[in-house]
Amino acid sequence: MDFVKELSKELVEVKDWPEFSAGDNITVTYKIKEGDKERLQSFQGVVIQRKGSGVTETFTIRKISNNVGVERIFPIASPFIEEIKINKHGSVRRARIFYFRERRGKSARIKEKKRFAN
Amino acid sequence: MPGIIGRKVGMTSVYSAEGKATPCTVIEAGPCVVTQVKTADKDGYEAVQIGFGDKKEKNTPNAMKGHFKKAKTEPLHKLIEVDGFADDVKLGDMINVDIFAEGEYVDVTGTSKGKGFQGVVKRHGFGGVGQRTHGQHNRERAPGSIGAASYPARVFKGMRMAGQTGNEKVTVQNLVVLKVLAEKNLLLVKGSIPGPKGSYVIVKK
Repeated sequence: MDFVKELSKELVEVKDWPEFSAGDNITVTYKIKEGDKERLQSFQGVVIQRKGSGVTETFTIRKISNNVGVERIFPIASPFIEEIKINKHGSVRRARIFYFRERRGKSARIKEKKRFAN
Repeated sequence: MPGIIGRKVGMTSVYSAEGKATPCTVIEAGPCVVTQVKTADKDGYEAVQIGFGDKKEKNTPNAMKGHFKKAKTEPLHKLIEVDGFADDVKLGDMINVDIFAEGEYVDVTGTSKGKGFQGVVKRHGFGGVGQRTHGQHNRERAPGSIGAASYPARVFKGMRMAGQTGNEKVTVQNLVVLKVLAEKNLLLVKGSIPGPKGSYVIVKK
């Protein structure tokens, strides 16, 4: 298995994204192809989970748009991702916060993680 | 069709030119040694016997030792016959993964993962009989009727029943070759192939 992981690292380039985990509020800017034209679009929301490892890893972001929950799954090695910006590090107790889907309004707040200087 | 013996390494995904993630299987293909060249004059048909995989000398019968000695090679584990190679293939030649090119279609043959003796629900996708509740007590995964009664008074041949599942020869046709890494003897084909990791597979054009 390790051999396949090392090999896929050579075949697929994963850009250096900042570290983020479930509960963080991030903005992903990605390219969209419309015919011949390319334009950028961004998606801001809370990271629900990171799944898999190596070049096949994906992450799911959730946001509420027009009162409707919207989730998007991005492969971490996707060549369409232009930028990942972290807006807020959230403090959550689990790695996959699926309970967040049932939360709305006040209960759908995530405390900001306190970061101490080293 | 020209072919090569390989070993399934594992699966990963790569990105196509359009940026689409494509699932692929890594195959360690070759290098294979030509252990025998069969000709129409001598054997009645044209074929090339190729071998792959190391085998201990002590586990090799003397007759096979002589066979490998003729090709000037170490004992090999897996031997197959393939046709369609050019006429200039000689005994002891190496056949490498570079007989394949990117974008080509290949057929991959392997032995599927063994599942043991399985019932009809897993083996043939039957739905089972009846409900789970409402007094039903033992028919949930049963096959149901297997035929009529006094006529024909027998069960038809080929009736789908429980039995050994998996561990059989399976061929997947028309897989696209995504990449050929000749210096590492690796082949990347799109999609999945039969068998567990480390099992022998035959890749044919």
